[in-house]
Amino acid sequence: MTAETTDTTANATDTTATDTETGATATPMGFGRMHRKEDARFIRGRGNYVDDVRLPGMLHGAILRSPHAHARILSVDASAAEAHPGVKAVITGETLAGMDLAWMPTLSGDVQAVLATDKVRFQGQEVAFVVAEDPYTARDALELIEVDYEPLEPVIDARRALDEGAPVIRDDVEGRTGNHIFDWEAGDREQTDAIFERAEVTVAQDMLYPRVHPAPLETCGAVADFDRVTGKLTVWCPTQAPHAHRTLYALVAGLPEHKIRVISPDVGGGFGGKVGIYPGYVCAIVGSIATGRPVKWMEDRSENLMSTAFARDYHMRGEIAATRDGKVLAIRVKVLADHGAFNGTAQPTKFPAGFFGVFTGSYDIRAAHCEVTGVHTNKAPGGVAYACSFRITEAVYLVERMMDVLACELDADPAELRMKNLIRPERFPYTSPTGWEYDSGDYPRALRLALDMVEYDKLRAEQAERRRDGGPLLGIGISFFTEAVGAGPRKHMDILGLGMADGAELRVHPTGKAVLRVSCQSQGQGHETTFAQIVAAELGVSPDDVEVVHGDTDQTPFGLGTYGSRSTPVSGAATAIVARKVRERARLVAAAMLEASPDDLEWSVSEAGGRWSVQGSAEHGRTIQEIAMAAHSNLELPEGVEGHLDAVTVYNPPNLTYPFGAYVCVVDVDPGTGQVKVRRFVAVDDCGVRINPMIVEGQIHGGLADGIGMALMQLMAFDEDGNHLGASFMDYLLPTSMECPSWELGETVTPSPHHPVGAKGVGESATVGSPAAVVNAVLDALRPYGVRHADMPLTPANVWSALQGTPIRTDLAVT
Amino acid sequence: MTVQITVTVNGQPYTGDVEPRLLLVHFLRDGLGLTGTHWGCDTSNCGACVVHVDGTPVKSCTALAVMCDGHEVTTVEGLERDGDLDAVQKGFAECHGLQCGFCTPGMMLTARWLLDRDPDPDEARIREAVSGQLCRCTGYENIVRAVRWAARHEAARAGAGTEARAGTGDGAAGGTREGTGP
Repeated sequence: MTAETTDTTANATDTTATDTETGATATPMGFGRMHRKEDARFIRGRGNYVDDVRLPGMLHGAILRSPHAHARILSVDASAAEAHPGVKAVITGETLAGMDLAWMPTLSGDVQAVLATDKVRFQGQEVAFVVAEDPYTARDALELIEVDYEPLEPVIDARRALDEGAPVIRDDVEGRTGNHIFDWEAGDREQTDAIFERAEVTVAQDMLYPRVHPAPLETCGAVADFDRVTGKLTVWCPTQAPHAHRTLYALVAGLPEHKIRVISPDVGGGFGGKVGIYPGYVCAIVGSIATGRPVKWMEDRSENLMSTAFARDYHMRGEIAATRDGKVLAIRVKVLADHGAFNGTAQPTKFPAGFFGVFTGSYDIRAAHCEVTGVHTNKAPGGVAYACSFRITEAVYLVERMMDVLACELDADPAELRMKNLIRPERFPYTSPTGWEYDSGDYPRALRLALDMVEYDKLRAEQAERRRDGGPLLGIGISFFTEAVGAGPRKHMDILGLGMADGAELRVHPTGKAVLRVSCQSQGQGHETTFAQIVAAELGVSPDDVEVVHGDTDQTPFGLGTYGSRSTPVSGAATAIVARKVRERARLVAAAMLEASPDDLEWSVSEAGGRWSVQGSAEHGRTIQEIAMAAHSNLELPEGVEGHLDAVTVYNPPNLTYPFGAYVCVVDVDPGTGQVKVRRFVAVDDCGVRINPMIVEGQIHGGLADGIGMALMQLMAFDEDGNHLGASFMDYLLPTSMECPSWELGETVTPSPHHPVGAKGVGESATVGSPAAVVNAVLDALRPYGVRHADMPLTPANVWSALQGTPIRTDLAVT
Repeated sequence: MTVQITVTVNGQPYTGDVEPRLLLVHFLRDGLGLTGTHWGCDTSNCGACVVHVDGTPVKSCTALAVMCDGHEVTTVEGLERDGDLDAVQKGFAECHGLQCGFCTPGMMLTARWLLDRDPDPDEARIREAVSGQLCRCTGYENIVRAVRWAARHEAARAGAGTEARAGTGDGAAGGTREGTGP
């Protein structure tokens, strides 16, 4: 144990020993299925979410929103609202323009209107902000604001956005004459085209990944408190990236960064919907600056669905070139991406289509090429959200749907077709044709386990019998996915210039209790528990003796937050490394205590805890607790050794981690009604070393429910006037306990070779992997009807139409 | 215009003036500072706001505070008794039946109501009972397990003859733990 890197490798090798075939008894890190520290407050109703924050003198804000998708604003008259009893301020676009705050930068380098000045560009867009004594009064006053609109023709269908003469949505941008945002491509076009020209078999399929919404149960909101005396702004806000928010507020509001404190308290779910900055946050800040009092703003559900980050909305054309016996040779993809009125997608700067480039999935393919074109429409901004790992949801759906289309064409079994093409274990690290270096994987083993668990052959036999005898249709759908999470190497990945590294700081108190401060931000993923487990395992202390602090920019080291399943790959690595730094510091103190050379000491962890002792003389040792006390005592220390046990680190990951999984979904479809019932769902996940298997399983359960929801129920559709037709839970349907089956999980363990504890991210795997399994299952059930593809959501109406041979287009109410 | 009401919340009577339009969820959260009850939608679908009114689960975003004049309300803060967690609370922690914690208070109150009527519910009965409530994190699996854990735990305790619940399973209106409370 000399250098950190050696240490890292040694540990990763150690963890390989926990690998097992079934995974049922895989030894997790340290303390395994420890119950969550967070639960004590949540089960008592003692969490502290943003709407629970109450400050003396606090006022309440509410936003007036546009009823039109596209309209010029002729005038805004707020005089009656201002005169309403209890109203303290009404802020309009004009007010903000006077402060140079009417527009703000987005995470994609575009700008977004905070409050509309010239025109509105989507239904639900922010037009005015009322600040009042209580929330009911604020809402009353919204009714008193008169806005005169001149309606304009909206652009709703992304496929019409680039038409000659299409209305120009972004006439605020100098010289803009159309709705084109960007073109981006990956892979080798010529090589791919050449393979397609010669291939024995080619298949092509258009498919839509419809616009959906992450819909966390807690909506967005903020409490802004600007102190006029100290000049300090404190913002409570359920953000997934508090440090990035602080920097952006400094850039937007012109306040110095050390005078801004962002506090992300307990967050009632994020799912990617709480990464960016919304106009409401800026309005609350301006409201507090204007009134000199704290201002709370909480959106309601329909505001959340209409105006905050949507997910997906990719119109994709996939093509596969293969041999007649089912060897996939190349994949070609064209995507039209609907980004809404402002380009606000959250992803690393050099990746305007996120990590869609991993669309070759889990298959060993010679060549691939994709082109993505982004366009504006009169809809809310967003795109990257809802556990997508930066567009990998779309990539996995594309390739897994295409594999089934190919199976259909070749009349092949979809499981056998996948098995034939999976990247073999000995090929890792594997460089994909679009340039991604997959770290590790044993795909055939995971797929075999899933097929065994579901008793695949038996199911196919039952299906054959059903097809003979008539009655309810049985469908079996497979999805084998490879994720890419843990953004990312700062050389390639930044958000608005901020490199995607994460910090960790560990302080060990004299009595051996510790505080870990991290830059990631939990929204339910259990970081307060699992990060304490990592420290506990590294230092040989109890996780109960490690307090995890996150979500307060005054207290935690800088880092980019929690999304893209990056917490374990980046912050988790930083945590292990900072604990090892402390352990090294403890060695020097122990050497002084034992009057031995540091080189003669060895580290061991037993039931009694972590301990440095003299090699070959175990009785001459000191526990980490004894060392902590001595480090703060009058013990004479060698030259250059500081008297404490604290350490700081910043982790810049060398690569992403690539977890994977094999999912099998079994559905029953009623041919009379089109109703789909998910009978079973088997999910085998491999995320390397599992820090806390209980928490990993909970993450997977939640993501599988997302898959049921997206595949069968969820949709944000629009009519031709741009009215949002899924703007409440009356129409935007989320799965309840009745639509979800009892999940059946399996695991394999293939550690990440480059991660300090061999762990990969996992939080988004199930959301990424499961929709394709459900859709493939439904279409498998419909196969005797000659249906090759139908778009999500596979509602009873859509399935019934497909059974009649006319699957419907789901994104537009009127076509 | 305000109206004076008296509502008993978690066994404690509160008297105060409220606007007739004030929703029960806001009365509890903003008026009484009982912020364990949450607000997740605006169309009565999500059930994050479920509390008991006279022992029955009610979506408190869909009731007016004035309607509760003279009635008894139990919130998540009233589940723990004399420092003892309710079996349902223990079950949720034991079985990892929560992640972000936002749906948890409402889920636990419905689970409590279910177990008061049916001390041994099967999976289908539990899923039906919480079907008016959305959870975005757990995929429901561990919520079902949590309620089953609580049922077993209570059965074991009742079998041991300690602290049997009055009103359990008798099906009578109001036959809930409110009747046994202080």
